Amino acid sequence: MQYPALGTRGVSVGTGTAMALILRRELTLSLRRPDQLLQPLVFFLIVTTLFPLGLSPELALLRAMAPGILWVAALLASLLAMEGLFKSDADDGTLEQLALSGQSLGGIVIAKTFAHWLVSGAALVLVSPLVATALAIPLEAFPTMMLSLALGTLTLSWLGAIGAGLTVGLRRGSVLLSLIVLPLAMPLLIFGANATDRAIGGDDASGGLYFLAALCVFTCTLAPLAATAALRITLE
Amino acid sequence: MTVCEPRLEVDAVHVWRGDRHVLKGTSLQVGGGELLHVRGPNGTGKTTLLRVVCGLLRPEQGTVAWCGQSITAIRGTYQLALCYASHEPALKGDLTALENLRFSLGLRRRIGDAELRDLLHRTGVAACADLPSRVLSAGQRRRVALARILGSEASLWLLDEPYTNLDARGADLLGELLAGHVAGGGLALVVAHQDLMLQCSIQRLELAA
Repeated sequence: MQYPALGTRGVSVGTGTAMALILRRELTLSLRRPDQLLQPLVFFLIVTTLFPLGLSPELALLRAMAPGILWVAALLASLLAMEGLFKSDADDGTLEQLALSGQSLGGIVIAKTFAHWLVSGAALVLVSPLVATALAIPLEAFPTMMLSLALGTLTLSWLGAIGAGLTVGLRRGSVLLSLIVLPLAMPLLIFGANATDRAIGGDDASGGLYFLAALCVFTCTLAPLAATAALRITLE
Repeated sequence: MTVCEPRLEVDAVHVWRGDRHVLKGTSLQVGGGELLHVRGPNGTGKTTLLRVVCGLLRPEQGTVAWCGQSITAIRGTYQLALCYASHEPALKGDLTALENLRFSLGLRRRIGDAELRDLLHRTGVAACADLPSRVLSAGQRRRVALARILGSEASLWLLDEPYTNLDARGADLLGELLAGHVAGGGLALVVAHQDLMLQCSIQRLELAA
């Protein structure tokens, strides 16, 4: 029997199909482990409820502190979910198989990170109105707050993908991951909290949102390259 | 598509892991219809050699070529031509055996559920198809990994201690699959500590400490 040159006999799979397959796989896996899905969300809810209890339930004070509390809690909750991005795949040998699947590792990283954002970041955005109500954020500020959180968590997922790619081979990588990602996430906190704050005050928040959007586009385009390179180093 | 004789050539490969010189100028050639049995004491770089061959690990010196071309130059096509089975069966515990196969083989080629079930049937784990692989025994997981290799349609099989956890019938099955693959013109690199009893010609490579 003759083999075709350099290839296989089957019908090859395009990058788009492969990415859709990875996305489905990741979402299926997340739904099978609802505890991992819920942990960061519950963390987010609990941390934000602690502040009114510890400070004072006075509305004016809460309203002034709310953007900061909301954003810090969102950052920490996203970070909590980040470590698992490549960890389980690296532990059971699946990551090697993905790297050898004949598909571009970049496409796989993009699909995995996006799936990860859907179950962590997007879910966080969806529960944020609950938290916002508890922090006395007015209803008019909700759209700006949710949009800024969506942009911020997506950016953070990408930063986290780089960090997770670098630390996946380490035994106690989670602390190092925080040390890598948190400094990079500071602009998000500044612009995100600022946009939310302005929206609460009834001012125009588009400046902060534009900055967040720019950061989001920046990481969406360049972070896949960095994360893929980091993973390749880890795989060696 | 031009047809070329599949051929793997590893030439004077050196790999250092930290201070240890793991592979010291290892060379090997495998052509279509040939099986190379890699042996050697623990820690002599058998797994490292397989990782170099599949391109996961870049050697400090030396080249790996497939069909006369460097594997770094033809990464995508080379990866489709090979199938690597590491120590780990690479199964997700929360996915069923069938889903595991669907997601890993689905990245390589279009494949339907009927064919996937047939693969599991051929490796003797048809009954486990819809069980989460976390409840499977180590041997059953190994058989699911075998189904993945079988379904990969790769011409180059790289198997790292494939006999681990397999029962006597499983070992016979693996022998049959290997012999069939080689008889069909395929190539195989097998790392194993025991003698291979196969109905095909076997080359040997001994790695020394």
